Amino acid sequence: MSNGKSVMIVGVGGQGTLLASRLLGAAMTAKGFDVKVSEVHGMSQRGGSVVTYVRYGEKVYSPIIEEGEADIILAFEQLEAARYLPYLKKGGAVVVNTQKMDPMPVVTGAAQYPEGVLDAIAAKGVQVLAVDALSLAEQAGSVKAVNVVLIGAMAKSLQQDPEVWLQAIEETVPAKFLEMNRKAFQLGFDAV
Amino acid sequence: MSKKELLLGNEAVARGLYEAGVRVVSSYPGTPSTEITENAAKYDEIYCEWAPNEKVAMEVASGASFGGARSFCAMKHVGLNVAADPLFTMSYIGVNGGMVIGVADDPGMHSSQNEQDSRHYARASKTPMLEPADSAECRDFAKLAYDLSEQFDVPFILRLTTRIAHSRSLVELGERQERELKPYEKNPAKNVMLPAFAKPKHVKVEERTVALRQWAETSGINVVEDNGAKVGVIVEGAVYQYAHEALGDSVNYLKLGMLWPLPDQLLKDFAAANEKVYVIEELDDVVESHCKSLGLTVTGKDLFPRCGEFSQKIIRKLMKGEDPEFDTLDEAIPGRPPVMCCGCPHRGLFYALKKAKVYVSGDIGCYTLGASAPLSAMDTCVCMGASISALHGYNKARGEEAEKKSVAVIGDSTFIHSGVTSLIDIAYNRSNSVVIILDNSITGMTGHQQNPTTGYTIKGDPTSAVNLEALCHAIGINRVRVVDPYDLPAVQQALKEELDAEEPSVIISRRPCALLKYVKHKPALTVDTDSCIGCKACLGIGCPAISIRDGKACIDRTQCVGCGVCESLCPKKAIGGAAE
Repeated sequence: MSNGKSVMIVGVGGQGTLLASRLLGAAMTAKGFDVKVSEVHGMSQRGGSVVTYVRYGEKVYSPIIEEGEADIILAFEQLEAARYLPYLKKGGAVVVNTQKMDPMPVVTGAAQYPEGVLDAIAAKGVQVLAVDALSLAEQAGSVKAVNVVLIGAMAKSLQQDPEVWLQAIEETVPAKFLEMNRKAFQLGFDAV
Repeated sequence: MSKKELLLGNEAVARGLYEAGVRVVSSYPGTPSTEITENAAKYDEIYCEWAPNEKVAMEVASGASFGGARSFCAMKHVGLNVAADPLFTMSYIGVNGGMVIGVADDPGMHSSQNEQDSRHYARASKTPMLEPADSAECRDFAKLAYDLSEQFDVPFILRLTTRIAHSRSLVELGERQERELKPYEKNPAKNVMLPAFAKPKHVKVEERTVALRQWAETSGINVVEDNGAKVGVIVEGAVYQYAHEALGDSVNYLKLGMLWPLPDQLLKDFAAANEKVYVIEELDDVVESHCKSLGLTVTGKDLFPRCGEFSQKIIRKLMKGEDPEFDTLDEAIPGRPPVMCCGCPHRGLFYALKKAKVYVSGDIGCYTLGASAPLSAMDTCVCMGASISALHGYNKARGEEAEKKSVAVIGDSTFIHSGVTSLIDIAYNRSNSVVIILDNSITGMTGHQQNPTTGYTIKGDPTSAVNLEALCHAIGINRVRVVDPYDLPAVQQALKEELDAEEPSVIISRRPCALLKYVKHKPALTVDTDSCIGCKACLGIGCPAISIRDGKACIDRTQCVGCGVCESLCPKKAIGGAAE
């Protein structure tokens, strides 16, 4: 895929990863790329680990991304960044929300949330762009805007002009939340 | 040029229905098929409904076809089992208006209880099957299936898999072509399957298969991509995309768009033109077996797995011996299984079942998550509706002692789908079973679809609602009571009394799903860290908002919806009071 990229968006069901993949897909379609987005609906939405794949380029065949193939992983949660690290291409980057959410095995005491996840990823030579999306979302006006903050950070890391994104956001979110979401996007964009 | 849109495969199927002039759609939701019907319902020109189950849905579609309309029904793979009865006979009867059955398989079992391969149904029922490989083909094949259905006088199956149904790719939108209703003419020899009429129909079915096979040979639905290579691969659907990603133009492709009947001559010619031929297919060896029955030498399941979803990686590894390079952390990463949502009304009920140490005969829905730790309160789960009938069988086998220590749990939508007939069996054949209907006022797991108990149609219009209490009474259950699952002591009391009762009973655990838009959430609860002794009693309900930080309970204010179930578990009354 010349000029193309494979982006993996990972997080916890309910965090709004689907919105991020749809916005990325819409923005790349607007730029004239062939685009495929793969989503998983249903069971894993409910607090489980969720993954969506976005691939764009001149011509895209497979809708999914495999180990060693992602140019960028956008992780909505630290542990999820670690879980999907094997999918990152050598020389790829991880954009990650510093928020931690305990999975059920940690809650029940069957497992421990590992310490220093982001340092461990960086120690592998991976470029780690960490964003405190929860604080920035609060600054924008709502903790629910975490996903839009991260979309801003992703746009910057993909070296994209913010305009096409802001337009995609405008077409997607309800008017009364538009200003808050624009602010959240900008805060994320400026954070990396 | 007309507009190109990035559509989900399921949205593209719905677009195909619209453009083909379809008038009637009836489905039961099931991942990964649900969005076809949800999107079809957005077109005013199409009558759409959620049926109580897949058998009803397919019969509605067949009735619409008798009536001269183009019709459609959608279901997941296991739904086709429910609808298999009308399928096999509609294959004999054929159509008046074109009829298409959408079925979505789930290789990898992202959201299913088994990994069955629906292609077997096409062959078994002698119903032709098309399978698209991206969203553009979803639209195109859906439209084509209607023309073929009317031309060959047979319903068509449109088979999707998860990665086609739930992937977005570009589709160029077309216009709707309105279709007049075809005239209805009474014709019992065609439409009434008495043995005397069915015998000559079977002969016609076999003749039709020959004609369909001929069409498959020459129509271009199955495409050869000749790259001048010595190796050929036979692929379909998502696997075509994976193979192309992995192998590029280093092989020749035979991409199958029609999976039954298969094109014998085309397969023979492709095999003859290549030095070596691979059949790469997810799940069973349907195409491979057919090739071998033709005497062709192909490599298939000797190399490729029967289980799980494929990818470009599997093909690269098995055909080229290539392994990807990647980084991995040394530390173990804890899993993150799906859990009941914060404020889920099922949580309190399952906590009570766990504490009561009862045998729980489970069913299909969000509440199947009650099987996971820490609730771990489910013993069996088979298929839609089986909770109730399997409990009856368990109790008949084990007797009175078992009846005092066992329940069935089933959701409102699943109860309507196929639980009612099972409950009739309990009432009729008298086991003192306790059935708990988890009424959360919506079909939850598949993403909030209306059902006959909610009082709304798929389009959001008010309609009559099944009165569950009255229904249970009417079929012969005398003891029917309603509890609020947020009220743990009340749930525990009801459970005890009904288990002790000397007759069958139903407990309706009623509270709307916490994710429904109209449900007003309370402010997040907080923990008084001075009072908290870190006993972890509150962790027993498996709420994702509660964790332990520095030895004390901690409630995540971004997740908590203030349901209060944890409050009643705290021995020190440390949980309560909304955050400032």
